[in-house]
Amino acid sequence: MSIILDHVNYIYGADTALSVHALQDVNLVIPDGQFIGLIGHTGSGKSTLVQHLNGLIKPTSGNIYFNGEDIHASDYDKKKLRSKVGLVFQYPEHQLFEIDVFSDVCFGPKNLGLSKQETELRAYAALKQVGLEDEYFYQSPFDLSGGQKRRVAIAGVLAMKPDVLVLDEPTAGLDPKGRDEILDQIVKLKEETGITVILVSHSMEDVAKYVERILVMNQGSVLYDDVPKEVFKHYKQLEEVGLAAPQVTYIMQALRESGMPVGVDATTIEEAKREILKAVGRK
Amino acid sequence: MGIIKTEKLVFEYIRRDEEGNVEGITRAVDEVDLDVQQGDFVAILGHNGSGKSTLAKHINAILYPTEGTVWVDGMDTQDEKELWNIRQEAGMVFQNPDNQIIGQVVEEDVGFGPENMGVPTEEIWERVEESLKAVGMYKYRKFSPNKLSGGQKQRVSIAGVIAMHPKCIILDEPTAMLDPNGRKEVVRAVRALNDVEGITVLLITHYMEEIIHADKVFVMDQGRIAMQGTPREIFSQVERLKELRLDVPQVTLLAHELKKSGLELPDGILTVQELTQALSGKYSK
Amino acid sequence: MIRDITLGQYYQTDSVIHKLDPRVKLVATICFIISLFVVKSWVGYVAAAVFLAFMIRLSNVPFKYMVKGMRAIVFILLLTVVFNLFLTPGEPLVSVWKLTITREGLQLAVMMAVRLSFLIVGSSVMTLTTTPNSLTDGMEKLMKPLGLFKVPVHEVAMMMSIALRFIPILLEETDKIMKAQIARGADFESGNLIKKAKAMVPLLVPLFISAFRRANDLAMAMEARCYRGGENRTKMKPLKYAGRDRVAYGVLLAYFALCIVIRIYL
Repeated sequence: MSIILDHVNYIYGADTALSVHALQDVNLVIPDGQFIGLIGHTGSGKSTLVQHLNGLIKPTSGNIYFNGEDIHASDYDKKKLRSKVGLVFQYPEHQLFEIDVFSDVCFGPKNLGLSKQETELRAYAALKQVGLEDEYFYQSPFDLSGGQKRRVAIAGVLAMKPDVLVLDEPTAGLDPKGRDEILDQIVKLKEETGITVILVSHSMEDVAKYVERILVMNQGSVLYDDVPKEVFKHYKQLEEVGLAAPQVTYIMQALRESGMPVGVDATTIEEAKREILKAVGRK
Repeated sequence: MGIIKTEKLVFEYIRRDEEGNVEGITRAVDEVDLDVQQGDFVAILGHNGSGKSTLAKHINAILYPTEGTVWVDGMDTQDEKELWNIRQEAGMVFQNPDNQIIGQVVEEDVGFGPENMGVPTEEIWERVEESLKAVGMYKYRKFSPNKLSGGQKQRVSIAGVIAMHPKCIILDEPTAMLDPNGRKEVVRAVRALNDVEGITVLLITHYMEEIIHADKVFVMDQGRIAMQGTPREIFSQVERLKELRLDVPQVTLLAHELKKSGLELPDGILTVQELTQALSGKYSK
Repeated sequence: MIRDITLGQYYQTDSVIHKLDPRVKLVATICFIISLFVVKSWVGYVAAAVFLAFMIRLSNVPFKYMVKGMRAIVFILLLTVVFNLFLTPGEPLVSVWKLTITREGLQLAVMMAVRLSFLIVGSSVMTLTTTPNSLTDGMEKLMKPLGLFKVPVHEVAMMMSIALRFIPILLEETDKIMKAQIARGADFESGNLIKKAKAMVPLLVPLFISAFRRANDLAMAMEARCYRGGENRTKMKPLKYAGRDRVAYGVLLAYFALCIVIRIYL
């Protein structure tokens, strides 16, 4: 059970003068149950990459395998793939359209041809998973707050019971409160169901806090693919490609440079605190 | 009296259900007193729904107070005669970069405000040039806005406001939809306006790292001003900020945590450098 | 799909025609269209063809590019020809089964084909050489006298230029919403017409909502920048006639006079 990308290339407008090589020879293995952070500045190819995972975009060359099967083989069921690899787009609340929250969440499972009962069970479960209270179920989705709308939209994808959940900047435009709520829900979901999660994000702080593996994209290629600690060691190179490590990394570097005997690979506040207290002799 | 002043400002709107029946009244802004001096860089913080955007729209006379008064450069915003003067003096930049650019070419968009004000053609060109230079977008003047990044579009929007020669500029979450690089670009441009051109800035945001350089910070919650002070004063109250569900820069948070563990550190550390200095000498080499 | 329609889209190059005042081009296009209906003889069509060829040559737009844009209209053209060919009464030439081609029908069909293709090529010379923006400006200025009859000329022009600005944004948005719904298992391709129409709901509702939200935001942003309609407004790029525009009017007048002469004497 995994997704494999084998020498995937994608060129926008391949036959025009304005062609853009959006993905360059991407090779990846995404095993089951991982929590992955996908990072890159705007235009680095990360959105293009995630749209390859559920077959929305067909690679110009190279192959993508889901559970060992080539997803662009002529007899492959794309609809089924899309239910297995759930993709939540940026600003997903912009795709809500039904008269009430519950019907909107039913849209996905209904498209899969499930029975009415199964559809509704799934919609209910999905709304519970994103932590939306029952009182909102029969309200118009357009009357909800920004954070609530976004949770409904995520539930709309969860109701298809995907094995892999890809979220393209799920916290964009939200305030700190809304952001924490969404991220906490995702972590909880991950723990409860063991689903694979790919989190596309700009925020190194968020990614450092949650994920076990980071993919850094730059100009269509995978620049780093490692655990957070290792990736953030390259903080100078990250800056060169328009990214940055979490502020904690810079704090530890600065302290080390000033002569304080601290380890520099702390990536969260907790770790940094421990290191500093150790250095000043208080455990 | 400062350039922007509000006194007991209240804004209420009526919530209606689908049939149009009144469901209730929401007080979005609740007795806010604000006094901003000419040349200041003032930040307004608050989570979504705290009333900060509603407050901002009053200053540009897009919304009018239910109770209380708003003055811009001494003009009451409810005085219809002064409407266009107020809008010219208090320029406004909004959140979504796509939905506030009118022109199909960058320079034409920047010229839109002066055109509306009836500025003579030659002077429009001068203003467009200086405004685009002030935000570092002059070399993109012939571009279509659709070809620019989010941060660049916001800088064009800012130039469009500066071209109207305002005394103050209100930015309503200008960075909320941008990536980290775009945010930095915009904040840098805004700071330059304040430092170099001396334009009063009112920055509304929920990103804490953008307000470190502000002269004064107001934190809003439930339509009221919950905290006010210099950034250092605000950031020294980490627990209170957490209560209001706002973020604190990691360095401030770390300093706070260390302090809780018994380390002696000053309050409200804002930069990496400050923390390094404060910690130096606290360990044995 | 929607982006493939190149009919008359602005073609960036440098030419005398590109530099002309949009008002000249608008007036010329209207005059040219009228002239096609003024002349009734072959000599007249030759004159029109020469005039048009001359303009295309001056515009520096490759003829191939221009013709490519015409493909979309070929169907309408053929339809007109067929209708005129078979449905005009007169002296029969050829008769197959129940269909008869008459001499008058043949004449009319050819004439209509010539008129229509000249008309389309003629107006595309204008749109190919004028940015949508200056076209709107030109229209606003030309139609200004209509303001006296309470026609909201400025508002119409402003609406047109805003529409032009937002078309690419909304196209992109359509693409995005479509993909998002496909990711939720939506199917926009299979099924009969009714099913397909129903499948559009999840696309159209979000699109409308987004368009309204944008309109609302934009209106607020415009007001905040002191927009209050066309009164007392100055222009950053005012339209001014230059020497070449006067020459162009001269040429146009000569052409039009020639057409009238042809109509009367030939």
